[in-house]
Amino acid sequence: MAPATSHAPVLTAVAVIVSLLVALPVISLCWIAATSGIDSLLQLFRTVLPGAALTTSLLMAGVAVLSGMMGAMGAWLVTFFEFPGRRVFAWAMVLPLAVPTYLAAYAFVEFFSFTGPVQQFVRLVGDFQTSRDYFFPNIRSLGGAVLILSLVLYPYVYLACRALFALQGRRLVEASQLLGAGQWRIFRRILVPMARPAIALGITLALMETINDIGAVEFLGVRTLTFSVFSLWLNQGDLAGAAQLALVLLVVVFGLILIERQARRDQRYFELRSSGQGSFSLYRLRGATALIAFAACLFPIVTGFGIPAYVLGGYALHRLEGFTDPKLLEALATSLAFAAAAATVTVAAGFVLAYWARLRGRRGESPLVRLATIGYAIPGTIVALGLFIPIAAFDNAVDGFMRGSFGIATGLLLSGSGVLILYAYAIRFMAMAEGALDGGLKKLSPSLDMAARTLGRSHFQTVRQVLLPLLWPPLATGALLVFIDSLKELSATILLRPFGVNTLSTYIYEFASRARIEDASPAAFVIILAGITPVYLLSHMARRGN
Amino acid sequence: MNSATFARRPLAAMGFVFLSTLATPGVAAEVNIYSYRQPELIQPVLDAFTKETGIETNVLFLDKGLEQRIKSEGANSPADLILTVDIGRLDAAKAAGVTEAITDATIEGNIPAQFRDPEGHWFGLTMRGRVVYASRDRVAQDSITYEDLADPKWKGKICIRDGQHFYNIGLFASMIAHDGAEKTETWLEGLRDNLAHKPEGNDRSQAKAIHAGECDIALGNTYYVGLMLTNDKEPEQKEWAKSIKILFPNNDTRGTHVNISGMALVKTAPHREDAIKLMEFLSSGEAQTIYAEQVFEYPLKPGTQASKVVQSFGEIHPDKLPLGEIAGHRKEASELVDKVGFNNGPAT
Repeated sequence: MAPATSHAPVLTAVAVIVSLLVALPVISLCWIAATSGIDSLLQLFRTVLPGAALTTSLLMAGVAVLSGMMGAMGAWLVTFFEFPGRRVFAWAMVLPLAVPTYLAAYAFVEFFSFTGPVQQFVRLVGDFQTSRDYFFPNIRSLGGAVLILSLVLYPYVYLACRALFALQGRRLVEASQLLGAGQWRIFRRILVPMARPAIALGITLALMETINDIGAVEFLGVRTLTFSVFSLWLNQGDLAGAAQLALVLLVVVFGLILIERQARRDQRYFELRSSGQGSFSLYRLRGATALIAFAACLFPIVTGFGIPAYVLGGYALHRLEGFTDPKLLEALATSLAFAAAAATVTVAAGFVLAYWARLRGRRGESPLVRLATIGYAIPGTIVALGLFIPIAAFDNAVDGFMRGSFGIATGLLLSGSGVLILYAYAIRFMAMAEGALDGGLKKLSPSLDMAARTLGRSHFQTVRQVLLPLLWPPLATGALLVFIDSLKELSATILLRPFGVNTLSTYIYEFASRARIEDASPAAFVIILAGITPVYLLSHMARRGN
Repeated sequence: MNSATFARRPLAAMGFVFLSTLATPGVAAEVNIYSYRQPELIQPVLDAFTKETGIETNVLFLDKGLEQRIKSEGANSPADLILTVDIGRLDAAKAAGVTEAITDATIEGNIPAQFRDPEGHWFGLTMRGRVVYASRDRVAQDSITYEDLADPKWKGKICIRDGQHFYNIGLFASMIAHDGAEKTETWLEGLRDNLAHKPEGNDRSQAKAIHAGECDIALGNTYYVGLMLTNDKEPEQKEWAKSIKILFPNNDTRGTHVNISGMALVKTAPHREDAIKLMEFLSSGEAQTIYAEQVFEYPLKPGTQASKVVQSFGEIHPDKLPLGEIAGHRKEASELVDKVGFNNGPAT
C-alpha cells in the first residue's frame, strides 16, 4: 500500500488543499497571536491561569471518566443483554446529544435551584423555609459542570462503542462465555480493552466539545481556560493575547488527539469480518440485575434529555403561540438547510482526508490532516474570527482588483454570504466526519483496494465502485453527527451570518442573551426536536455496526 | 420548497443557502445596523423611524467581535451604525478605529456631555444603574455606598455575577476612577470575602438568590427588576422582584454608577447621511421614550420620562464622571479581578 500515494498526485494535491483550507483559522490564529507580545499572557500566568488550568484539567478528567463510563456501559448493556426496555433504551440513549450544552446547563440550574421542583420537594418534606435551613449541593460548581456536560456528551462514547460491540464483540463474548467467564469479567477484561479505540474516539469528541464550550461553563461559574480567552479579548481588548492562549489550548488538544490515535492504531488487528447478527443470543437478565441494568440506562436519558425537555417544555407550554412565529419557522428552515449542506461538504472533505491517509498506509498520518481536525476544540467565536479576517481580506483584495481592472465591484464575495458559515461548520466538525470515515475505512481490508486496482480500476473507480458502497454506514454516521452539531452551533454562526439570516440557535440566543431563556423556550424545544430524528437514525446506524 | 426537501437534498440546500445570502438588501434608502442589542427591543423605535422618514433599516445582531468584523470587512463593510449595550464596547469600537467622529448639534443638544465621547465617536442613548438589590425582610437600611460593600458586616451575605462580566467591569472601572487602583484592589478583596459563594449566574439569578435566602444583598442592573416585575408568563419572578428593594449606592454623594446603551457611526458607512438621520432620531425625546420603555432603562435626554415601572424604583442620580473616562480603566479593572481572584469567591 505504501507507494500508492505517489500514483495519485491529484488526490495528494486535493488532500493538501483541503487540509490547508480547514487549518486556515489555526494559521490565522498564529498570525494574530504573533502581532503582539506575551505580556498579558505572563500577567495571566501570575494570576488566574494556574487555577484555570487546574479547573480545566479537572473538568476534562471528570467528563472523560463519567462520559466514558456511561457511554461504554450503556453500549455494553444494550448490545449483550436482554432486559425490560432494552429496545427503547438502545436508541433513546443517544437523545441527550440533541440538547445543546448551554441549554442543558440552564435547564439543570433551573431544575435544581431553590425554586425548582427538587428543592421545593425537599422543603415540603423537611418543612424548611429558606435555603439556609437545609443543605443542598450547588449545581453551579465544577462537579455540576462535569455532571451536566457528561450527561449530554456521553452519547459520543455510546455510539462509538455500540458500533464496535455490534461488529466485533459478539464472537468474543460467546467464546468467553463458553470458557466460563462471568459477564462483568468479560466487560472488564475483554470488551473494554477491545473497545479502547472507540472509547478514546468518543471521549476525545466529548472533551473537544468541553474545551470549546463557553456558554455552559460561564453560566455555571466554572472558570476554564476558554473563559480566560474571552476575558482577555473582550475586557482587556487583547485579541493577540486571547489568540496566544487559544493556541496553548490547542497544544493540549493536539496531545489528546495523539493519545487517541495511539489507541486507535491497534484497531487493524481486530477481526475484519463482522459476526453474524442473527446467531447471537442475548444474555437474559432477571430480578435485581435486570433492575440495575434498567436503572443504569434510564438515568442518563432521564437526566440528560428529560430534565432539559421538562424545563424548556414547561416554559414552552405558556408560550404555545411562540411555535407558530413565522420567524421561528424561517429559522428552522435555515438551520436545516445549513446543517444539511454542512453535513455534505464536511463528509466529502473528510472522505478525501481519510482516503488519502489510507493510501499513505503505514507511513502514518500527515500532521496536516491532524491539524485539519482540531477545529472542533477551538471556541466557535475564535474559529469565526480566525476565518473572517483572512477571508474578508481576500474579498477586499479581489474587489480592489476587479474595480481596478474591470470597474466591477464584487464587494464581500465570500464573507458577506452564508458560505462562510458552511465553511466554519466544516472546520468545526471535521473531526466527526473524518473520525467516522477513518474508522470505517480501517475496517475494510486493504486487499479490497488492491484487488480493484489490480483489476485495472483507477482510484476514483475503486472509491466509487468498491469503497463507497461498503462505506455508507460510516458516511451516514459522520453526516448525521455533523448535522446535529451544526444545528446546535451558535457562536460561529452569530458572528459570521449576513443580514437577515437567523438560525434556530441565533434565534434562541437573541432571547437568552437578555437572561430570558423562557421566551426562547419554543425555539429551544424545536431545536431539540429537530435533533431527535438524526439522533434516532444515528442509533440505528450504530446497531448495524457501521 | 419545504424544509424536508432540504434535508433530503443537501446540494439544493447548499445552493439555496448560497443564493439567499448572497443577495444583499438593495433598497436605496436604508441603514444597516450592527447591534449588540436584541433586534426585538429596537424594532419598535426603528419602525417609528421608518414611518417618519421612509428609510428602511436592517439589523444584524452579534454578541461578540462586532468591531473586529467591521475592521476586517474594511471599505466594503455594509455597516452604517453600531448599537451597543455597554460603554466598553463603544470604547472598543473607537479604539479599533472603525468609528467616525461627528459633530451634530441635534444629538449634542439631546445627549448630555458626560454620556458621549468628547471627540464625537459615540453617543449614549439610555442608561441603567448598577444598583444594590437588598432583601426587604432582612435589610433595614435604605441607603448604601459601593464602598460599604467591603464592610465585614456583610460577610457571607452578598451575591454577584461573574466578576469579568462587563456590567461588573464597568462598575469596578468607576471605582478605580474615583478611589484609585490601590483602594479598589483592597475593596475588591473585601467584597470578594463578603460573598456568600463564588460569583455565578446572571443578574436575575441574584434576585432569586435573595428571594431564596442565600444572600441579603446583590449587585444588579435596574432594568432586570422591571423585567421581573412585568413577567406575566412566570409570575414567580414577580415574587422575586417583590422580595427585594433597590438601593441606589452613593446616590447622595458622587452618584450611582451607570452604564449606557449607545450608538456610533461606522467610518466606512455606505449610507452615511441616512445613518446620521437615524442617530438624530434615536436621540430625540420621542425615540428615547419608546426605546427606554421597551428596555426599562432611563432615557438620557433631559426631561424625558422613564417608564412608570422604572420611576417606581426611586430617583437615580447618576455618577457625574464622564463615561469615557471610566471606560479607560476597564482593562485595569479586568486585571484586578484576576489579581485578587475575585471569581474564586471568599478567601476563607
